[in-house]
Amino acid sequence: MLEKALTGNRTYWTWMFFLLAIIGAGAACWFWQFRTGLTVTGLSRDVVWGLYIAQFTFLVGVAASAVMVVLPYYLHNYKAFGKMTILGEFLAIAAVIMCMLFIFVDMGRPDRIFNVFLHPTPHSMMFWDTVALGGYLVLNILISRVSLSCERRGEPPPKWIKPIIILSIPWAVSIHTVTAFLYAGLAARPFWMTAILAPRFLASAFAAGPALLILLALIVRRLTTFDPGKEAIQKLAEIVTYAMLLNVFFVAMELFTALYSDIPEHVLHFQFLFMGLEGNNTLAPWMWLSVVLAVVALVILVNPSTRRSETTLVVGCIAVFGSLWIDKGLGMVIAGFIPSPLGKVTQYSPTAPELTISLAIYAIGILIVTGLYKIALEVRGQMKTEP
Amino acid sequence: MDGNRRDFLKLAGLTALGATGASSINATTAAASTVESQAEASTGGVRLGMVIDLRKFSKNDALIERCIEACHAAHNVPDFGDDAKNEVKWIWSEDFETAFHSQEFHYIREDLKGKPTLLLCNHCNNPPCTRVCPTQATWKREADGIVMMDWHRCIGCRYCVVACPYGSRSFNWKDPRPAIDEITPDYPTRMRGVVEKCTFCEERISRGLEPACVEACSNDEIVFGNLNDPDSKVRQLLAERMAIRRKSGLGTQPEVYYIIDDPRTLQETAPAAVVEVAEGGDHA
Repeated sequence: MLEKALTGNRTYWTWMFFLLAIIGAGAACWFWQFRTGLTVTGLSRDVVWGLYIAQFTFLVGVAASAVMVVLPYYLHNYKAFGKMTILGEFLAIAAVIMCMLFIFVDMGRPDRIFNVFLHPTPHSMMFWDTVALGGYLVLNILISRVSLSCERRGEPPPKWIKPIIILSIPWAVSIHTVTAFLYAGLAARPFWMTAILAPRFLASAFAAGPALLILLALIVRRLTTFDPGKEAIQKLAEIVTYAMLLNVFFVAMELFTALYSDIPEHVLHFQFLFMGLEGNNTLAPWMWLSVVLAVVALVILVNPSTRRSETTLVVGCIAVFGSLWIDKGLGMVIAGFIPSPLGKVTQYSPTAPELTISLAIYAIGILIVTGLYKIALEVRGQMKTEP
Repeated sequence: MDGNRRDFLKLAGLTALGATGASSINATTAAASTVESQAEASTGGVRLGMVIDLRKFSKNDALIERCIEACHAAHNVPDFGDDAKNEVKWIWSEDFETAFHSQEFHYIREDLKGKPTLLLCNHCNNPPCTRVCPTQATWKREADGIVMMDWHRCIGCRYCVVACPYGSRSFNWKDPRPAIDEITPDYPTRMRGVVEKCTFCEERISRGLEPACVEACSNDEIVFGNLNDPDSKVRQLLAERMAIRRKSGLGTQPEVYYIIDDPRTLQETAPAAVVEVAEGGDHA
């Protein structure tokens, strides 16, 4: 089936080569980073994780969000999601691969990556995250491959795949829970020492992921004869609305606990995020933008008339995705390091090579999504004929 | 049980806590029996620890520099000068208030205000850094509690740096070798991309020497020894003086202690005080 991604019209190939050019630039930067060391990034002794690990964290959420189409369809027999599930599963595959790449480029010794498997360490949450992500990738490849090839042959999917699909549901929850546990169990980092981190991760994932899926489905509908169906889009929009409300609620819980208790080591991180500390307010404009986007998103999504109009829904979905990307893909990880355990405030901003490598990994993800979506649509005969 | 005891006897000899005045065989055996009762807390007979006597360090003391230099020269720790972004350090100095950042000292004694304080790996009895390592490239050595590092296994994920509440771990952001003034040939250098930190000079204590920073001292400013031995100098000091540990509330059980008594109490201290130690009075 993969050969279907290797044929296409001029627009398809222009797009793919555009992505490949970004990937090439990123690969060159990564090679430089590999030879010189992570000193080419903006990271330092005090801010040891940055953009890479933050993107990893955010994308685990995107990967997990496939469960929001899989669960209603398979567990509740919600037929309207029939056409969407494959898009969700393919998005999950691309997201997990991006996650793995972001971990890989963050490693000081990528040449020793197999030490993780040679010396499996159950007391390390990173070990469990590897297991969870690897397993989730295998599950999604298997499920999407089996169901798509059955669809091509016009057969119903085999019975044995059903339990595997059911298994993928709690598995999706587990990948983001374990990712939260990477952070939430560290006595050294009070900003992440919060029991609500995993629920918050899941809520933001189930908002940002389906918001992205709506946008992707609408793009695909415009480019091909594929139609996800109005009902499916509207149901997803409701899911995004509830998840976003929950996420904002959870963030408010965090703010209350930290600010009302007024314990400095909790307050200071939020102060850094929204006001800046010791003159370092690199993230404050971003965080306020995130707040504004969240408000815009909720106004559009909660109001039924703007949610139902596709034009405003698109704006709402972009706002949700943008708000949560800032929150999780910038603020959450970086603020954990500022101030440091010794109370020091260190400036961090990603460097050009760091940004290029990150962009390239996103380009790889988009390339995978494009290729996989094309395969799915070819199988269903929904590609527009050559102009 | 027997194993514990044998290990202890072996290590008591091996680690040669010579400077602390080797305990008599009788004392050692007595200590071994109390050690057995708390084997869980200390995993074995020997628990190496350090007492830094802040009374004996004065402000702007050149001794601090000597300790840092002795350590960094012995272990080929690179010096990147003012380049804080790439900094690597095993032992360093912060003012007292920063060192005990979470304790919020107000209105403290004049002599403690801004006092340069040596910081290093605390070799925690319950280390959070070893718990998070995905490859067991860092671990607590059962025999004596030293938190070890394997620079050949480390994958450079820096999870241990994130988990350490003391800022004691450094990552090699770039090749450290060009930044080493003079390479000490009998100690390995590191490569870019791995984490490193103080190892309580395990390479020296296995040869019967004291850690380099301890050796740089002349007047017991830093005392090193077996915290499980009630007759050891570290234990005697801790029994007599007021000592604190960094962020002890986190449950990491750091094994570097700081004596913060008034320096004037130094005069009262008899040189070789013999202290009665209650049975089972081992450290927690």
